[in-house]
Amino acid sequence: MTGITFKTASSLAMLRCHQCGKLWKDAREGERCQQCRATLHKRKPDSLNRTWALLITACMMYIPANILPVMVTSTLLETHQDTILSGIIFFWVSGEWGLAAVVFIASFLVPLLKLASLLILVISAQRQSEWRQQERAKLYRLLEIIGRWSMLDVFVVSLLVGLVQIQGLAQITAGVGIVAFGAVVVLTMLASLSFDPRLIWDTANAHNSSQSTLAKDGLNNSNVN
Amino acid sequence: MQEIHDMIACEQCDAVFRKLSLANGEIARCTRCGAELDRNAQERRRHLLPLTIASLIIFVIANTFPIVKIELRGLVSDTTLMGAVLSLSTEGASLVALLVLATTILFPFMQMLILFYVLSSSTQPNTRSAFNILIRVMQVLRPWGMIEVFMLGVLVALIKLSSMATIIPGIALWAFCVLTVMLTVVVSFNPRYLWQLEAAEQKVR
Repeated sequence: MTGITFKTASSLAMLRCHQCGKLWKDAREGERCQQCRATLHKRKPDSLNRTWALLITACMMYIPANILPVMVTSTLLETHQDTILSGIIFFWVSGEWGLAAVVFIASFLVPLLKLASLLILVISAQRQSEWRQQERAKLYRLLEIIGRWSMLDVFVVSLLVGLVQIQGLAQITAGVGIVAFGAVVVLTMLASLSFDPRLIWDTANAHNSSQSTLAKDGLNNSNVN
Repeated sequence: MQEIHDMIACEQCDAVFRKLSLANGEIARCTRCGAELDRNAQERRRHLLPLTIASLIIFVIANTFPIVKIELRGLVSDTTLMGAVLSLSTEGASLVALLVLATTILFPFMQMLILFYVLSSSTQPNTRSAFNILIRVMQVLRPWGMIEVFMLGVLVALIKLSSMATIIPGIALWAFCVLTVMLTVVVSFNPRYLWQLEAAEQKVR
């Protein structure tokens, strides 16, 4: 970091309401916000444990999500099973490169990067690391924005199942893989929701230095745009 | 427990800042982590009610008419969003059906209804707890409404089908296009600011 120490709400003995954003001085953990009645916490309760549990489950579900078929197409002549990757390869060989790229990013790359980035965030927060804090904060915000887009394949499959129901001629049914895939998306979203980004900044060093500068006057300044 | 009026803390890194009075549309950002600290949402709030009503109407259209019709050797098949959910659940993928139902129908609909109710009714002290609960529900639902992702899914599915069948776009397809744009504006409004705006209103009274 740049060497500037920032005063934090926790170092000033204040609690920020996670719902309405109001700051309270001398409030105890578990008391209720007087503006919106939400329970006040210094940090999201049990954040790291919850994130770990959800993350490990998501990693386990990632394997069946990619191995098992997500879609079964039966026509008069044959029955054809599609996994996530074979669907992407189908687009690629039939010349739809742009679409292949979109599906590859949304269904394969995003879940993988999400699992990897969550692992980085949780491990570095647990070690109270000061490594690239600003980049990690940005990474967390990026996760919150792009995480939802990996639901793409779930929607594609459900629409195809609803649409292609022509008895005898062509029929598409959902495969087991799509359940696992949906579970990965939901679990990683829950994991990033239960991770508290303030833990990125809660290093042992920051704690000591904010204690010592507490006596100095003046507050941090924000940017306006 | 003491209220702090003139300070604000960053949601994502806990740094404390002096609260600035912001002009219309101005956003204050945390200088430590870059997250949004505060914004003047008064202008946005005024546009929000008409947008919400329009979204509700288009949402109904998008869900009553078929999204798309396919034609395969003279045989025709079409589906609405609800129809897709129902055939998923009869195919044995009821968990996925539930997920699709929640993220594309139930949660967006609840969000719009709550927003409509909260914005159109003036908050008296006796409806205060209902107001609290409704906004809390809205904040919990916010990450889980996925109409825009569904829209992209529809496009991918249609291109996938275009090689094997003739595709006739339905009214709901266009409705979903419009709904995606409108909901992006509606949902990007952080319900947190409703508390601030309401608190400001009560001071005026």
